[in-house]
Amino acid sequence: MTLNITNITKRFGPSLAVDKLSLQVPKGEMFGMLGANGAGKTTTFRMMLGLLEPSEGEITWNGKKIDYSRTNVIGYLPEERGLYPKLKVRDQLIYLGRLKGMAKKDILVEMKKWLDRFKITDYESKRIEELSKGNQQKIQFIASVIHKPELLILDEPFSGLDPINAELLKEAVIDLKRQGTTIVFSSHRMDHVEELCQHLCILHHGSPVVQGNLREIKQSFRNKFIVIEGERSFDFLKNLPGVIKFKQKQEGVRLQVEDEEVAKVIFSHVAKEGYVRKFEVEEPSLQDIFIEKVGTAYA
Amino acid sequence: MRNFGIILAHTYKNRLMSKAFLISTAITLVFMMFIINMDRIFMMFEEDAESRGVEVALVEESGEWFLPLSEQLEPHSDRIQLIETSLNEEEALEAVSDGEYGAALVVQESNDGLPRATFYSDSLAQQFTPMQIQNALQHIKETQVTQELGLSSEALAEIYSPVSFETSTVSDSARSERELNQARSFVYVLLFVIYFSVLIFGNMIATEIATEKSSRVMEILVSSASPVAQMFGKIVGIGLLALTQYGLIFLVAVGSSVVSQEEGEGGFTMIQTLLGESIPLDLIGYAVLFFLLGYLLYATLAATLGSLVSRIEDVNQVIGPMNLLVIVAFFIAMFGINAPESSFITITSFIPFFSPMIMFLRVGMLTIPLWEFLLSVGILVSTIGILAIIGSRIFKGGVLLYGKSSAFKDIKRAIQMTKKE
Repeated sequence: MTLNITNITKRFGPSLAVDKLSLQVPKGEMFGMLGANGAGKTTTFRMMLGLLEPSEGEITWNGKKIDYSRTNVIGYLPEERGLYPKLKVRDQLIYLGRLKGMAKKDILVEMKKWLDRFKITDYESKRIEELSKGNQQKIQFIASVIHKPELLILDEPFSGLDPINAELLKEAVIDLKRQGTTIVFSSHRMDHVEELCQHLCILHHGSPVVQGNLREIKQSFRNKFIVIEGERSFDFLKNLPGVIKFKQKQEGVRLQVEDEEVAKVIFSHVAKEGYVRKFEVEEPSLQDIFIEKVGTAYA
Repeated sequence: MRNFGIILAHTYKNRLMSKAFLISTAITLVFMMFIINMDRIFMMFEEDAESRGVEVALVEESGEWFLPLSEQLEPHSDRIQLIETSLNEEEALEAVSDGEYGAALVVQESNDGLPRATFYSDSLAQQFTPMQIQNALQHIKETQVTQELGLSSEALAEIYSPVSFETSTVSDSARSERELNQARSFVYVLLFVIYFSVLIFGNMIATEIATEKSSRVMEILVSSASPVAQMFGKIVGIGLLALTQYGLIFLVAVGSSVVSQEEGEGGFTMIQTLLGESIPLDLIGYAVLFFLLGYLLYATLAATLGSLVSRIEDVNQVIGPMNLLVIVAFFIAMFGINAPESSFITITSFIPFFSPMIMFLRVGMLTIPLWEFLLSVGILVSTIGILAIIGSRIFKGGVLLYGKSSAFKDIKRAIQMTKKE
């Protein structure tokens, strides 16, 4: 039960949407897909779902290609949210659930469970258009998981949610993973990816620029970050050898340096000059890696 | 296949329960009942106006016209009351203008002893009373003259009996005059049914699909059910909806005309004129066949076009050319109903977008060789097949396309979406 993507390329006429992407997601894993807008995430998801045919390469789930005979095992939460605005929550979920091959009575049982979990049981017989955007999103999330899919694809699941609801949804995703669901999800929020994923992939113009285990990626990224806070100018650090980036902040500066050795040199320089409130060497965050790889145009 | 059924049921149920459908069906039914019972409704108002009866003052010199006239007017005694007076003409006219009498009839004798009458009333708008009186006088006069000539009443009856004249064709299978009239009215009705079905239900399909796209629910649907199942689930679902509506209308029409017949009104009702004495089963069969084929053809086209736009406002723009096609077909058919044998009609009856209307017209009104019928249906069916294949490809790509452009170059983009490259 592995999602296997082997060397896929997708072209739309002359433009290249995905370029030689390969990845494996073992059962029960949560895989993060990162990338700037237009990097090819949604195209990759659509190929996983069988909506688009890859120009080259192939995608298999459990060794077989994904097509309409097997949509029951897949759940999909599209990036563009949308449900039937005039339909009641209940009818909506019944319709979408039945399309996934569920019996009506099973749908009702699952629906109660999920509505209860998201604390929106009152909305069962409300029309979608009467719900707030966040609650609509919860309903759509329920629609994508109600049939207990083996493979769940979530495109930007937490965008547009307030912190409380985002947390609620995040817990639900973690629970699903614990129950053995394989999850692929994309997000702009690096903190969510860091929190949830063991494996990830950063797409840039359709090709993977960083890929693998989160910890290994961080370790392989030898650059360190130094945060210095104090009541004086640190401009003299800008031109030291080994300093890659220099960023002025409210309280002080944040430097990107080649490795820990450079950090030691900087520390001695700063100490020589006198007192600082804070001097800290940070491991790179995913955000730092993302910006480094994809470019500062996107932050 | 399972999803096809679910989508079909969902489409049908949602549309059936929608306010728009219920209201439009109710209005159509009321309108239908009004049309069928129109003669009775008019009668109701007319009876009201004339039921009071008219008092007609009779002015004559000889005094020998009252009895025979009263006798002749006996069947209408509730509406015309002839009153013998001793007034002269001037006094009678005064009495009419005073409103004492409804009308006055002055009967004089001409030199040869035959009656000559003048009818006076304050308005000439009323047709019924003077017409009845004229008929009565005419009859009296005829009796008088025939008696003078010594003719028997049998001889008179013979003179007046109409000559026997029938039209017939030498071909066995050609349609009789009566059948042709029947076919013509049938064709008329079906042309309107196809015309309105395509306009109303074709647009409904396109709007339905564009709505799903604009609300983005399509993204979830395409990940669950194949585009082909979706497209045909919708087409068949809306088709059943159309049949439900027509079924209801037909039931109400037949029902209410049966009721009006039972009440002994006698006169011709719409349904009787349409069906004649016996129901032409073969014509109904053709009508259903061509209705279904025509619907499928245009519905497939509408679904394809609907998948290309992402906003409901753009539906009319893409649907426009298709509607135009139906309108052209309709006008050709209207022309053809008066000239079914013209070569223009023969040619257009093989063009798939026109044939549902025009081939039906020909089959209904002429005797055409079987091969022509089969060829036309064959072309129609294969066109539907080809359109369905192309349409489902465009649909598959089209539902993933979002953008403000709704031009026909999107067809190319949509097909490109489904290709590997």
